[in-house]
Amino acid sequence: MDDPTPQAAEAERRQAAEEAPVADLKPRSAGLARAALTNPMEADVLARAQAGDHHAFAQLYSLHKRRIYSLCLRMVGNIAEAEDLTQEAFLQLHRKIATFRGDSAFSTWLHRLAINVVLMQLRKRGLQVISLDEAMEPAPEERAGRSFGAADLTLAGAIDRMALEHAVNDLPAGYRLIFVLHDIEGYEHNEIASMLDCSIGNSKSQLHKARLRLREALRSYPRQEARR
Amino acid sequence: MTEYPNNLSCTAFQAQLPELIGSSQNVAEHPHIESCELCRALLADLETIAEAARQLFPVVEPPEKLWEQIELAIKQEQGGSVLE
Repeated sequence: MDDPTPQAAEAERRQAAEEAPVADLKPRSAGLARAALTNPMEADVLARAQAGDHHAFAQLYSLHKRRIYSLCLRMVGNIAEAEDLTQEAFLQLHRKIATFRGDSAFSTWLHRLAINVVLMQLRKRGLQVISLDEAMEPAPEERAGRSFGAADLTLAGAIDRMALEHAVNDLPAGYRLIFVLHDIEGYEHNEIASMLDCSIGNSKSQLHKARLRLREALRSYPRQEARR
Repeated sequence: MTEYPNNLSCTAFQAQLPELIGSSQNVAEHPHIESCELCRALLADLETIAEAARQLFPVVEPPEKLWEQIELAIKQEQGGSVLE
């Protein structure tokens, strides 16, 4: 059976891929990436993949699939979509791998490529990651001079992983994106601002709002669980 | 050393929090935090959330079928040639 993907969509994907530069940004969590650069075995696999060796490319997939899939899953919060985005990221890797020159760690480069794929998809869906309206207009919980904090309801210091996962998944897409990039993936605000084409102040503000939303969600989590 | 006004209301202080937290300053030393239990609790929670995010999220294994799909897509891009 023929590939149902329209040629126009393919051309669009290729053009978008060319328009998405893979910058040399180093997340705090890129320790593994830098280690990979100094790992002679992976360097050999990478060189063979760049030369068109499909088995070497398969090895690269095995080495990086978990991190890329996890990144996509956190950014979009949806398994089927994360699978599609992971596939697209590795397809782009296959197209672009010969252009990797080693200026940064390979996994840092691949990580950024995957982020570009996700951002492109979110923009196609019409997500205004940093909407000026959203940035200027206080969220409901921020209006009327309300301040946050209640001594009897603070988090106990230990957060349940499932509760946090649920709360992150429930965040609005723009908040989730910045929270994932900063607090989970370890990018700095200046790097996020560059990726998302927004100001550093906006990145800080959106992250703060995301954490406030998470705090509210986590504080109500035990009550929600008790009702189940 | 950063000079902070020490007569901020909670609302005014919390309006500055995104910038304070995003900077290299030690927010815990802010006079408002030292004198306000409510904002101290808020800051502690936000720090707990950020720390939990760094530590709690597991790396997830994608489904095995995904590689087959990627191989197929690569093959189709290459005009159906055999992958070697």
